[in-house]
Amino acid sequence: MQTETTITAEELVGRGNREGAQLFRDWFASLTETAENGGPAAYVFVMGSMNEVLKTFDLPVVFPEINSLQTAVRRVAHEFLDEAEDYGYSPDICGYVKADVSVQLRSGTHPMGRIPKPALSVLTNACNTYIKWAEIWERMHHTPMFTIDVPGSRHAGGQTWSGDRDFEMDRGYVEAQIWELIDLCERITGKKFDQDKFREILWYANDMSICWKRIIELNKNSPSIFNALTDGTIYLGVANGFRGTREGSEYFKRLVEEMEYKAAHGIGTMTDEKYRLVFVGVPCYPIFRRFNELFTEWGGTFINSTYLWFASGGTNRGFEYDLKNPVASLAEGFLISVRDAMDSMFHQDRAVSDMIEDFKVDGVVYHPIKSCRTVSTGLADARRALMKEHDIATLFVESDMMDRRVVSEAQMKNRIDAFFEGLAGRRDRARIQA
Amino acid sequence: MNTRFFEEWRTAGSLIETLGACQDLVEDPTFPTVKRWREEGGQVLGHFQVYFPEEIAHAAGMLPVKMRGAPVEPHHADSHFGSYLCSILKTSLEVALNGDLELDIFVSHPICDAARNLAAIWGRNFDYPCQILYLPQNPNSKHSVTYLRHEYDRMKRCVEEITDRAVSDDDLHRSIVIFNENRRLLRELYTIKRNTPWRVTADEAYCLLSVGGMIPREEHNELLKAVLPQLRDRNVKREDRMRVVFEGAFCEQPPLDLVRMLGRICYVVDDDFLIGLRWLIDDVDTSGDPLRNLAESYIEHSSYSPVQHDNRKPKEDMLLERVVAANAEAVIVAAAKMCEPGLEEQVAYTRELEDRNIPYFISEFEENMTSFDHLEMQVETFLENLLFA
Repeated sequence: MQTETTITAEELVGRGNREGAQLFRDWFASLTETAENGGPAAYVFVMGSMNEVLKTFDLPVVFPEINSLQTAVRRVAHEFLDEAEDYGYSPDICGYVKADVSVQLRSGTHPMGRIPKPALSVLTNACNTYIKWAEIWERMHHTPMFTIDVPGSRHAGGQTWSGDRDFEMDRGYVEAQIWELIDLCERITGKKFDQDKFREILWYANDMSICWKRIIELNKNSPSIFNALTDGTIYLGVANGFRGTREGSEYFKRLVEEMEYKAAHGIGTMTDEKYRLVFVGVPCYPIFRRFNELFTEWGGTFINSTYLWFASGGTNRGFEYDLKNPVASLAEGFLISVRDAMDSMFHQDRAVSDMIEDFKVDGVVYHPIKSCRTVSTGLADARRALMKEHDIATLFVESDMMDRRVVSEAQMKNRIDAFFEGLAGRRDRARIQA
Repeated sequence: MNTRFFEEWRTAGSLIETLGACQDLVEDPTFPTVKRWREEGGQVLGHFQVYFPEEIAHAAGMLPVKMRGAPVEPHHADSHFGSYLCSILKTSLEVALNGDLELDIFVSHPICDAARNLAAIWGRNFDYPCQILYLPQNPNSKHSVTYLRHEYDRMKRCVEEITDRAVSDDDLHRSIVIFNENRRLLRELYTIKRNTPWRVTADEAYCLLSVGGMIPREEHNELLKAVLPQLRDRNVKREDRMRVVFEGAFCEQPPLDLVRMLGRICYVVDDDFLIGLRWLIDDVDTSGDPLRNLAESYIEHSSYSPVQHDNRKPKEDMLLERVVAANAEAVIVAAAKMCEPGLEEQVAYTRELEDRNIPYFISEFEENMTSFDHLEMQVETFLENLLFA
């Protein structure tokens, strides 16, 4: 991809963040409009949104996970959590669910606008809480929930592929469910399924998948060209909300252009990158900026994260749909991508291990959180396994993605400072030995 | 192979001694019956809660063992987990790490966000196969039975490889017959609980059910066939106690002392203790394709729990059915600590019970809790308020 000569570096660098934020505002403005006009919306999740089908029926998509994390980033999550706990939900369940319950109880009122009610919810089994969450909407709004059941890897490294009888059975199951979803969408919207429109949406989704994979690969560059935790979260928002759209496709092509330019000109995300880190888990949204600063102040930056993999629903695999055979290909791509998202949570130790050399990783930061047992349950064990295999520095620090009651900045800082002191010590020892 | 691995109940002289032998086995964290099975050269398939088609392991000559935690401290397992997790994960891993429960294969199911990590954790710590059985989370899809039949076939191929033995349809049919009998006997046990709860206390019924997951099912059938007539003939005076349903033990189990405490102060006329052992509510067809029959039973003739969504089985409606069928007067809506699906379901259950004016008591438990005085007083107060209202 060539940089246009008319664009200055100043215009190009940071463009992805600026445009991502604008797209986000536009998206929430359109959701507000839908809510105020009483229009239908589909509630979906980041791990397998089925945007491809829903957009074919012109259904606006609502990502309650994104709505919830926005309350934490805007530092009002506690108000929402309190309301849901007063309603009866336990302090020990997912904070995203509770923030959303509160949004529903407030008739969609949200710090970024107004969220429309669901005409249906579409979810996968990538996270079991998705199912429990959608049951809440089913009870509150009496609208249908549709679970697309995606069989994951049956054991570590046990993925099957096209042609294998187990894979074909899984693919057939997913395809049958996609047709059932199409049937449900036809009934809800009163529209017929438009194959040509569907192909066009898949085309845009393909663009995004190719670009997403490319962007992650570009961060092998030294210095790294984006921060996987902070910049990455902006890219993720667009990847989810705008999947299968012309805007999403264009945004990611322009993002690749920016990142290639930065890579070619040695423009890093930090002026002085000292430590290249991998982030495993879900970000600490209640102190999002500060959490990142605790690392950047030491010259540490996140060059990759499992979050970029699973929270994009496995888009990192870069699966490209075969437009000649769209539904069957969507089934195959959906199975492979969502399965990969699950692997990124449960078997992430293998991928992290493979990344250490490629990305020149100095340390791995594990951030298990109270709210998300899907991501967090296996992290202590995965860390043990990684340390057994590699002589690499790791940090294990627990908090939450929503609930500031379990976020202790002072304790975190102590742990993080000690981690960097250890990293510096390692580097000194290596220098002496060399 | 010898089929008697739980001799203690056979040598017991009385019903009380038989029930005591069952209790001892349930409370023994060293799984002595499984050890004896292994000493005889048998292989073991350990499956985590909630449901597993044990017929497949049985047909291959393996002992299917229901992993439901254990009354142990997770000394070894603790460092493999972070915070905010339920106890059953840790104690299940503990008994495997400390060698009390030796397996030839471990199977888990994506029942919840925490448990679905177990196969990966197991796989990093043990050399034997660690598999995930993907039971359908969309049982309403027309394709779900076909998919599940294939998934069962995949599991059959796994156990065939481990046992180095081909499993025929006839093998599976024979196993289904044994498990059908077991399910019928367990239904009879629950009929006694519902109709004449004074003849079997909550903890006695629990132990009789629970040992089924630790011994060959043929032996469990023999035990139940010996005990059920004795329970029916038991000369126990009916007392003026509230009839209560206990809900919330589909995965982690409350400690036996808690169940015993409940048995002292009320009649637990129905519950979801170890519901996976009673998941299939009717006989599985013993003709035709056995794997398809098992799959069809899972989808079409099964119970409910917070970890399965089925449009045809809203959980609050199912709980109401359970309450009505048991002629219960109140419900204890419990959840294991840190059990996300259980805690989430509590809200739906209690709102529905409130709408129907059915009294309920809401509580959390942990398998390793040891003090029940406070809880006993709370439950007693709740029940007395109802009795003397």
